[in-house]
Amino acid sequence: MGRARAHRGTALGRVAVVLDVVWAVKWLTLCAQAMAEHRVELIELDRAIGDSDHGENMDRGFQAVLAKLGESAPETPGAALKMTAMTLMSKVGGAAGPLYGTAFLRAATAVGDSAEIDPAAWAGALAAARDGIVARGKAEPGDKTMVDAWTPAVDAARAAADGSSTDVLGVLVAAAEAAEAGAVATDPLIARKGRASYLGERSAGHRDPGAASSALILRAAVGAAA
Amino acid sequence: MTVSIVVVSHSEKIADGAVELAVQMAPDVVILPAGGTDDGRIGTSLEKVLTALEQVGAQDGGDGIVVLTDLGSAVMTAESALEFLADPAGVLLADAPLVEGLVAAAVAAQGGADVQSVREAAEAAGGTARQPGPGGSEAGSGPVSSAAPDFTGDFELVNQAGMHARPAAKVAGGLASLDAEVTINGVDGASMTGLMTLGAGKGTVLHVEAWGADAERAVEYVGGLVQAGFGEP
Repeated sequence: MGRARAHRGTALGRVAVVLDVVWAVKWLTLCAQAMAEHRVELIELDRAIGDSDHGENMDRGFQAVLAKLGESAPETPGAALKMTAMTLMSKVGGAAGPLYGTAFLRAATAVGDSAEIDPAAWAGALAAARDGIVARGKAEPGDKTMVDAWTPAVDAARAAADGSSTDVLGVLVAAAEAAEAGAVATDPLIARKGRASYLGERSAGHRDPGAASSALILRAAVGAAA
Repeated sequence: MTVSIVVVSHSEKIADGAVELAVQMAPDVVILPAGGTDDGRIGTSLEKVLTALEQVGAQDGGDGIVVLTDLGSAVMTAESALEFLADPAGVLLADAPLVEGLVAAAVAAQGGADVQSVREAAEAAGGTARQPGPGGSEAGSGPVSSAAPDFTGDFELVNQAGMHARPAAKVAGGLASLDAEVTINGVDGASMTGLMTLGAGKGTVLHVEAWGADAERAVEYVGGLVQAGFGEP
């Protein structure tokens, strides 16, 4: 798979990262890798409060994305995201399929045909993805769902993009760190959406698997740019 | 006009079985299943749903499609499919119990109802348990009108099996296509499940009340079917 184009030698000596289709393909590849690596962990999280299929489903879904990337090379980041949306919705099976599918689809629409995604556009794509998840799953922050990872990620990405219109790596990192913190913060929550909500108070003390996989996806976006 | 129907279920067997059941009562309606995942597991597949919608779209004359779903993520997959469609305007999702809603929708479509009415028929089929039990002493979920009915009629069921599924489908299907609000022993005459909850056997007298432009035709329609024993012994 391709490498992100990284141009060394800017004024600050930082690596200039470009979010282009090469980055997007690497991101999706790293997502697949992360889902395979964390498959058992996600299954265990889901076994505690769900139906223990999340790790299996996410792994299968992103393996199918990998296979699609092998068949045809997308020309823009948006095209890569749209193909991912379609594949996840068809292959995941559980509720995560349409939720992540909608997230990637809305993000694809947000970035459009552009060849590169700048910090503001990335923050906008994350917001569109989060809004899609909310529209589809009807969950709100605090319901112990993937929304609890995405919402802080969107806020952090926006703040970082507002602070710098050029530091795209900073925006990726801010989003990933916020998503990870958001996932950890689901531990004590009582689930109000999805199958975990059937458990009521017994859902407290376990991390939400969807928030955990969301954090993995946003962390992979950093890895693809590094 | 014939509205088509797509059934989205987590299980291929449920989707296929529900379609098999509905087609019995609505032989002229195109009803396609989209159950299970691509590789035959439990779950829902966008690809299967889109394929079914496209196949239906190719067969119908643009009269619209109503989508019935089972559990939560089937709803989400159906909603996602609509996002992918070039022209989702004629495709409506029904918030209805799968089997009861499907049969009611199929019967309404068979009767020539438009896409909105087919969805309404499905959604009105929700919660048969909430409707009055056998005998229907209180007014059901049918049209509530304080005005006196424009036409009424009383007809005794003469067929052995009484108001079972097939007669209920015939009555509801025909009434759905008329411009009239009809109650039969207090339940909505256009609701197949409502009629079935009457539990009306042979010898039961059906009291039909109708309002609207087609009120007379509606009463005659029900009377004709009942007196002919629905073509049954």
